[in-house]
Amino acid sequence: MSFVNEFVNGNEGGLKHEGLTPVQKVTLRTVVVGLLFYGLTAIEGMMMRVQEIEPFLGTDHFFSVMTVHPIVGIFGSTYLIVFGAFVFLVPYLMKKPLYSIRIANITWVLIALGALTSWSAGFLFSYAPLYTLYWPLPVDFNQFMPAAALIFVLGIAFIMIGTVLFIFNIFATVFYTERGHEKRPIKPLVLSALGIDGLLNLLRKLRKKPPYSKDPAVSLPVAAIFRGSIDTLFDAFVILSVGVLLLVYIIAKMTGTSMDASSIDALLYKNWFWWGLDLIADGLVLIYVAGAWYLLASLITGKKLYMENVARAALLIELIVSWGVWSHHLLSDQAQPNMMKLASGEMITAFELVTQGIAIFVTLVTLWSARPLKMTNPLKFLLGGMLGFALAVPAGILQADLGLNRILHNTQWIIGPHVHVAILVGLTMTLHSAIYLLFPILTNGGKLWSQKLANFHFWAHLLGGIGMGAFMGMAGLDGMLRRSWYVNGEFNTYMILAGICGAFLLFAWIAFIFNIVMSVGLKGLIGIFLPSKLKTKDTLPEAA
Amino acid sequence: MLDSADVLSALHLVYTIYSVAIILLFGWLAFKLTGGKAKGLLRPKLFYSYVALLVFIGVTIHILTFNTIPWVSNDLKRNEIKPEQTFHIEVADHKFILPQKKLMIQCGKTVLFDLDSKDLTYGFGLVRHDESLVFQIQVVPGSKNTLLWQFHKNGTYNIRSTEYSGPKGASMKVDGAVEVVGCKDTDPRAS
Repeated sequence: MSFVNEFVNGNEGGLKHEGLTPVQKVTLRTVVVGLLFYGLTAIEGMMMRVQEIEPFLGTDHFFSVMTVHPIVGIFGSTYLIVFGAFVFLVPYLMKKPLYSIRIANITWVLIALGALTSWSAGFLFSYAPLYTLYWPLPVDFNQFMPAAALIFVLGIAFIMIGTVLFIFNIFATVFYTERGHEKRPIKPLVLSALGIDGLLNLLRKLRKKPPYSKDPAVSLPVAAIFRGSIDTLFDAFVILSVGVLLLVYIIAKMTGTSMDASSIDALLYKNWFWWGLDLIADGLVLIYVAGAWYLLASLITGKKLYMENVARAALLIELIVSWGVWSHHLLSDQAQPNMMKLASGEMITAFELVTQGIAIFVTLVTLWSARPLKMTNPLKFLLGGMLGFALAVPAGILQADLGLNRILHNTQWIIGPHVHVAILVGLTMTLHSAIYLLFPILTNGGKLWSQKLANFHFWAHLLGGIGMGAFMGMAGLDGMLRRSWYVNGEFNTYMILAGICGAFLLFAWIAFIFNIVMSVGLKGLIGIFLPSKLKTKDTLPEAA
Repeated sequence: MLDSADVLSALHLVYTIYSVAIILLFGWLAFKLTGGKAKGLLRPKLFYSYVALLVFIGVTIHILTFNTIPWVSNDLKRNEIKPEQTFHIEVADHKFILPQKKLMIQCGKTVLFDLDSKDLTYGFGLVRHDESLVFQIQVVPGSKNTLLWQFHKNGTYNIRSTEYSGPKGASMKVDGAVEVVGCKDTDPRAS
């Protein structure tokens, strides 16, 4: 078969989109758009890597790229890939239809539209308050146009409304009783979704009593999705509330009304904002990721999870821990009370080492118990994802220390070995493991075009991600700040090495996307955006 | 007396050793997963010991740094300690407004830096000539932003804003703003 023919029609006939259910289609749409946003994020990342070596952008442009990079990366890419996967997995694992396919479609459109809108505020109008939005920078109209701020806030609002709709759809799918089915009792579902049944089982075991529930109403991965979604919901409300505040100042400026920025307490605002924002990093990500590992380990091995009750209880603890850790972002804020720094910033944060350590251990032992395993794409990416968090979480615990934070805060250490290794190696490789695992299920038996390209994707992503994080971290230890402007090549050796590793990441994405397009074919790819011909609410077609 | 350069070197070493060890462990696990045969499940005792070890490490890190890094306890008690020298520094319109052109500090004296932002959130960091950090804090408008510090090496330091305050503040820096004199030792990266 010629290359052009394979490119158009796919590998071994490619994706027959006519046979896809509406749920398969909405999942694929959401994930594909998320992967395209990942590419945009990688290009922005490379622009910044080159800038750190040889400045070629003006300050306004550079910082506007830095502002939209996490918006596009976290919301445009990660949210869409995760939400797409969960829209499929929750009904698939619960063996009941998704509550609403229409809401799932509105969700991805709103989030994609929102990410593009916020991105355009940076691209067209150089709006650059960074994602941290420290008060009163987002409403500093000496530096930014009010119209740019308005576009940025509207984009974020679209994303958050899409997020709330996704959560509603997931919660509704967990709790609703489908037509024709006997009424599903709510209490066991709530107890199981929150992980309380696992905790009760453990307590009863200690008292040598029979378990509270032998067969949980909700499987562990669904419980993780449910619990992560609680943090996602809180985060959406906090970000929306900040958006409303910004909107008041923007509209006041546009209508010629003078509003004093000092009427808002900058430190209180920072606490509120970080409480919400940290629910993404320390709640949503860690809980969703743990759930994904448990699911992947079970599916790869076909075995029951090791220490399942403990894992369930640990997810409940992680949920509560995630509500109390935000002060680690304020260890350098001297007006923040010492007790908050010690309790929330150091001690509660340290529990993330425990909860994430448990998740890694449980997953590894489950895999170990099923030896010998074939080193498939899902398995190797799963191991890469766990390695990413095994590197990034301790880096985070170290910087969440009063002594070390004094010399690490806002350096490249934070954004390199912690943030980028966690997101790029830990989270993204976990998501790629899920994508490789679900690919044949979602495409009704689709075959990957090239295993060599999949291998290149793995190694280039792993080495690129760890390498970039490591060299950024070394620059950080030598004092390089994460949001400052260096024009004299002060850290060029590290930045050149980090840039080479960053290029590996970009090439890994290109190889992955090329492999996927060649596997499903251009026709199949376009076809997933066309309405499904199957009038069913089932997750998979009957023949599959 | 330990300074920031010593602590950062130690951190560099410890984290590098940890990273290499964990990468090797995962490499070994990946290799072993494809061969051999499983011999039953791990005993729960081992699992609970591992969890206890994680708790121990999480707590011990902070106890260790509290007792070894010299600026931690002073920082926590800074409201009870009377400084021997105080510098009030204003920050406004992306500029540091210093009380003197150069802040002269005597070796070993307890110095209080008292920062006040008139508009945006900034950072206040002291850096050596090679840009390595001596310390930094956030400067939040409407808040008390103070830092107590003791210097034990002679040197000349630059002030840098360590927090982003918009494109106009991307390179907020005052070269040679702080000079420490009277010590036996000299900071080789700050002279």
